[in-house]
Amino acid sequence: MKLSRYLIVRLVPWIVPLLLLAGWQWAVTSGPTPAAVIKAGWRLTRSHELPIHLWESFKRAMIGLAIGGGLGLSLGFINGLSAWANRFFDSSIQMLRNVPHLALIPLVITWFGIGEQGKEFLILLGVLFPLYINTLHGIRSIDPKLIEMGRVYGLGRWRLFRQIVWPGALPSILVGLRYALGIMWLTLIVAETIASDNGIGFMITNARDFLQLDVVVLGILLYAILGKLADVFARLLERRLLRWNPAYRHA
Amino acid sequence: MLQASGVSKSFDGRAVLSGINLDLGPGEIVAVVGRSGCGKSTLLRLLAGLEQVSGGCITLAGQRLAGLNPATRLMFQDACLLPWRTVLQNVVLAAPWPDSIKTAREALSRVGLLDRAQDWPAALSGGQRQRVALARALASNAPLILLDEPLGALDALTRLEMQSLIEELWLEKQFGGLLITHDVEEAVALADRVLVMENGRFTLDLSVRMPRPRLRGESEFVTLKERLLTHLLGY
Ligand SMILES: Nc1ncnc2c1ncn2[C@@H]1O[C@H](COP(=O)(O)OP(=O)(O)O)[C@@H](O)[C@H]1O
Ligand SMILES: [Mg+2]
Repeated sequence: MKLSRYLIVRLVPWIVPLLLLAGWQWAVTSGPTPAAVIKAGWRLTRSHELPIHLWESFKRAMIGLAIGGGLGLSLGFINGLSAWANRFFDSSIQMLRNVPHLALIPLVITWFGIGEQGKEFLILLGVLFPLYINTLHGIRSIDPKLIEMGRVYGLGRWRLFRQIVWPGALPSILVGLRYALGIMWLTLIVAETIASDNGIGFMITNARDFLQLDVVVLGILLYAILGKLADVFARLLERRLLRWNPAYRHA
Repeated sequence: MLQASGVSKSFDGRAVLSGINLDLGPGEIVAVVGRSGCGKSTLLRLLAGLEQVSGGCITLAGQRLAGLNPATRLMFQDACLLPWRTVLQNVVLAAPWPDSIKTAREALSRVGLLDRAQDWPAALSGGQRQRVALARALASNAPLILLDEPLGALDALTRLEMQSLIEELWLEKQFGGLLITHDVEEAVALADRVLVMENGRFTLDLSVRMPRPRLRGESEFVTLKERLLTHLLGY
């Protein structure tokens, strides 16, 4: 009884996608069917093209995320913990934040050409601000009484950070991370479509030029899957790191 | 041991405390009662070194206090546990290195919560959380304990249980301390001395010399309580 209930709960979210897929296969008169897309995927995997494009996209996404996320986190912590740093940096950061980073594409291409750095730089810019804002907000939202209590019990700076500031800001930081992951994929798609000679975006653009619609659809599906995987990863992280918070335990 | 002489404190030019003299020693429990807003918490924060005096001075073993007071531990109305640390980790935080885990476990077992050591604070009731806060105060090795209405948010029955637990621990460990409360009965039940604070100064100083544990129905208890209440209500 219990097992079947568990299975049903697990399977329900898949019903709509499966129905759509079946409808798509059945209704198509022109353009690729799901079967054709799967076949294209298989063909490109065998020729090693797909894994290489996937790996290139993944690599630049991760490099941009690591550098931009690291910068956003650090700036958030520095400004959250020092009133002077905050006075010094915050208004400049807020001003930069209001420039849509994709508007910089022409400039970035002029600076970096179509090499790796330009795309990594765009992703870096995209993920920096959500992490910055949410880290800052996370630190602000920590109950000052807890910090006071920590000081009374003799915690030094480092232990105050490890025991109170970091875990206290973490829920908000993880919200920032999920947001940043969304922006990361979006930036990647745009950057790869406009200026690239490898990666999923390039694969799609290239296939369009050769009218291989099955590959185009495959690329779009891959973006969807990657985005979903990133989201699942962020959720797992939340569930693992925020176990103490009743709001996340059964999420 | 911890002395306040002629202490005053004002915030933005508004005097909150004036001419406070107080001497806390090991093994003596002093209660401060008074209306809300009369300056009790401010006094406690000065003694803990969380705020600086505006006049007079606070000395610890003869030395003028500068910065946080290393000889005190605190307990507030709110348990102030870190929600992201387990019950045990919360207590370990305050315990001195290197035996911190052992000390913390002993303290938890002393307040009867060793079996909840691995739970998150969110899973405990208000009374249990206050007991963890008490265990944390026990685990640190400061000789004085400052309690700011620690039982104010508990229901009547839990409060009575906590009062006897605090009393037992006090007698057993011989700490000295300051108990701030708005409950006159609690002050008479626990303290060796009760001070009444009004508008930032002490206006009554009563010694309580009854044997412990004190029975609330005894005539001496009732007389003391009435005397304090009458004074507070200004009849
Ligand atoms: N940090 C502060 N800044 C300004 N005023 C304060 C501050 N802390 C306390 N006060 C004022 O001091 C007075 C006494 O407060 P408090 O010591 O908390 O009273 P009690 O604990 O007896 O209820 C109150 O009027 C309060 O508004
Ligand atoms: Mg108070």
